[in-house]
This record gives sequence, structure tokens and C-alpha cells, in this order.
Amino acid sequence: MSEREPVTMMDAATRLEYVFTAGVAMSKNLHGYEQGKFIGQRCPKCKKVYVPSRGSCPTDGVATAEIVELPNTGTMTTYCIVNVPFAGQSIEIPYICGQILLDGANLSFMGLIQEIPTDEIRMGMRVEAVWEPPEKWGPTLASVKYFRPNGEPDADYETYKEYL
Amino acid sequence: MSPKGAFPDLTSGRRPVGVVSFAQYDNVRREDDRNEVEMLLPVVGEVFGNIGITKDDVGFICSGSTDYLIGGPFSFVAALDAVGVWPPRAESHVEMDGAWALYEAWVLLQEGEIDAALVYSFGRSSMGDLSQVMAVQLDPYYLAPLWPDPTALAALQAQAMIDKGLASEADFAAVASRSRRSALGNPKAQVAYDRSAESLLEEDYEVAPLRRHALPPLTDGCAAVVLAAGDKAYEWCERPAFITGIDHRIETHSVGARDLTESPSTRVAGEKAGVAKKGVDVAELHAPFAHQELILSAALGLGDGVSVNPSGGALAANPMMSAGLIRIGEAAQRIWSGQADRAVAHATSGPCLQQNLVAVLEGV
Repeated sequence: MSEREPVTMMDAATRLEYVFTAGVAMSKNLHGYEQGKFIGQRCPKCKKVYVPSRGSCPTDGVATAEIVELPNTGTMTTYCIVNVPFAGQSIEIPYICGQILLDGANLSFMGLIQEIPTDEIRMGMRVEAVWEPPEKWGPTLASVKYFRPNGEPDADYETYKEYL
Repeated sequence: MSPKGAFPDLTSGRRPVGVVSFAQYDNVRREDDRNEVEMLLPVVGEVFGNIGITKDDVGFICSGSTDYLIGGPFSFVAALDAVGVWPPRAESHVEMDGAWALYEAWVLLQEGEIDAALVYSFGRSSMGDLSQVMAVQLDPYYLAPLWPDPTALAALQAQAMIDKGLASEADFAAVASRSRRSALGNPKAQVAYDRSAESLLEEDYEVAPLRRHALPPLTDGCAAVVLAAGDKAYEWCERPAFITGIDHRIETHSVGARDLTESPSTRVAGEKAGVAKKGVDVAELHAPFAHQELILSAALGLGDGVSVNPSGGALAANPMMSAGLIRIGEAAQRIWSGQADRAVAHATSGPCLQQNLVAVLEGV
């Protein structure tokens, strides 16, 4: 027997770098943020509007070619309150992470909710986007600073129950 | 044409399953604009459109891809958007070339609950450094930490052939010259030229003994196939390319423990698939490096009369995860057209031909 201890563990560091291609449809959405706009696409078959679209309707499998500009307002369909600190956290906890369904869209996305105490948050709350100043707009959803309540009465559950 | 035709004798399985449609992307060095879903959309549309069916006509969908190429998790789930899986249907995925996805679909079709399946695959070499991405598939303790790239491993294999007296650099150049010349007739080829083997030997080495011509191109692409069983095959295709034999075998993970100059896994798969039962007109072999075609031809016992890689093979275009499925599609096309009555299609996976799939396609 060798006097050496058996090897029970080894490090084999792996690092792979990639150049991501957003795609034609997603690029339109991202370029929209440079102009302070939400850009989605409509399925020619089921007429659903995806924001962002990945280029294809996941239900029908056809190209979502029609460009649709969506408004700044929407409904927060569901949410969670983040209380746990984690590495790289840039927002003071607790904060609210909500699913935003823009008016006219059929796909919700995740957004930061501000300007409301966490104990007043509720499903169906009507919200609006607060954009960064135009000089900070870029091809990223970070061009939207956050969403905040817009003061309208809460949306009826029936109007957003499909988007939870 | 009667909707009910005759069926060939089967070596594998009991139910005749035919390749009835095939489509592939325009193989390109780098797809800058479209994402994977946007690349697959026209290909899936074409593979259905060729035979006038829709996604609602297939009972199973199986795909082949790997997240390592894209650098993102669950890319195969996102790719389903290109088909549209509503209402929900049976779907599966293999982290392998689409040829193995086709194998899974073939197995399911044998069970008889469904009559048709869509198989597709996609992969892009351009998003990362392919030589590094490919190193990650190696044994994680002894080989992967050395980051050997696929060309270096293939060069070891080629050198072993030379050392054993099985082939020369001129033989590799002859394979490349013939393949790229054949590729001139393939509208989907990425690399095609008419150059003599002698002129190819004037190229510099990439990794000795492999010169540039012996290497596959880097390719972004995707492909799709429709399989149909029994009468359904004749309903959609005048002369289906029936899979009369199909088998796949794997060798040890350790490249150093193998005799790289031969491919016992291909030999066994070829025997199980019944390659030698009758004459072979065409063989589409997934040989990314020129010398590998020689190893595969020997393992399958292909004679001089066989037309090998009339499409140009993987030397013409090598979309990762699809180049094997494309071999099946290319072989099937030659059955449909009547150019061939019996074709062999082969797909490989892993370093230096580690795992191999062999299918025999026959028309009646």
C-alpha cells in the first residue's frame, strides 16, 4: 500500500463562453426598449399576443409575424415578496416581484413592483411601467425601472385567471 | 398508386415503419439573426408540407439536441414552440443526435399505439467554442481536464491508421475530394468543390496528419423527419423508405482503451441491422473526419459498388446533433426517387466514433 491517501475529490474547473443570438422576434422586443416601447407579436391563428415573442406561437407552431405595440399599463396577475438576502442583490429587501400582464397581451413577464407597501400588495392590482430616463434606455427590460400601482380599481379575477 | 403497398421483410422490429418526409435547414457557418425556434419553424413547416400533413397528424414528437451547444438550460423545451404542442401530446427528447431521437420514435411506433411521429434536431456550432464544448463530453477525471479538441482526438485516430498501414494521407484526401465533389450536387452543402486529392495534399496540417480538407465545417443547422407506419406510410409517400433494420451500439468512454482504427460498435450494429443480407446501393455515413469514412466502410463491409455519401456527408455540412439524422434523410430521399432500392444510413456520437447507429432503408 502506498502511504498516500486515496484521491476522493478533484477540481476540474469548466468555463464555456457563448455568444447568444436573441432571434429576430426577440430582437424586435429588445430594440423596443431602446425607444421606450413594449413590442410584442401576434399569432395569425389564435390571435394571442406574446411579449416578448420567441418568433413562434407555442400553441400553434406558426410564425408570429405581426408586430404589436403594447401600452404602459397592465395587471399584476400574481406576485411574491422577496425577504431573503442573496449574493448580488441590488434592491433593498423586502421587495415585490410581480407577473405583469400588459393590457392586450396574452403572456405575462416578471417585473419589479415599487411604490407600494408590501402588506398592501394583491393579485389583480393595476400597474403601470415607470421607465428610466431616455438616455438610459437600451435593448433590455432594465430600461423599465419598475412597475407601480396606477390607481385604477383592481382587475376582475376572470380577466387574468388564465395568466397565473 | 394504391394506398396499400407491399412491405419489405424486416430484420428489426415487426411493424414496417417508413421515412416519408425530410427537411433540413440551409447549413450555414453562422446563423446571426434567427434563434433555434426561428430556424426550426420553416424546417418543421417543410417536413409537414412536403406530404400535406400538420402537427395534428403525428402522435409523437421526439427531438435531439444538447444544451451545451446553446449554453442555456432546457433549450429542447423552448424548441417545441416551433411545432406548437397544443393540445398536449406525447413528446420526448434525447441529448443526442436526432438519429437517436428517430430510434426512440421507431421503438414507439413498433408498439402500435401511434402511426406517425415527427423527429427533429437542432444545433449550432457558432454560439460557443465548439472544440471546448466537445471536450466536455469526455471522461471528467483523466481526459476532459486536458481539453483535447475533437480534431486532436481525430488526428490520433488517423495517425493510428497510418501507423497500422491501413490508410495513408492520400487516402484521406481521396475521401475529401470525392465527398466535396459529390456535395456540388447537394443544394444544402456548406462546403463543396471540385479539387483533386493531389491538390488537397498541398494544404497545411491542421493537426497532423489531418489537413484542412479532412475536417468537417462548423455548421449551424437543423433537420426534421416524419416517420409513418404500415399503410399510413403509403398514404403519405409513394415509395416509403422502410426501416428494415436499425441498431445502435456504444464503446467504452475511455478513448485510450479503444483500438481507434476500427469500429466494433458499427460492425455489431451493422450486423444486427442486417446490412449484409442483401446488396447496398447507397450508404450515407456520418464521418465528420475524412479518415472515419474508411473505418466505417470497413466495419459495415461495404463493397466497391456502394455509392458512399452521395450528399457529401458530414464533410459537406456538419450541423451538430443533426448530421446523423440528415444521413437518414439523405438515404431516404434516394429510395423515394428510385435512385436506390436499399440504402444504409449511419450516425455517430462521442469522440472518435464512440457510439454508432446503423439503419437499413428499403423501398419496395
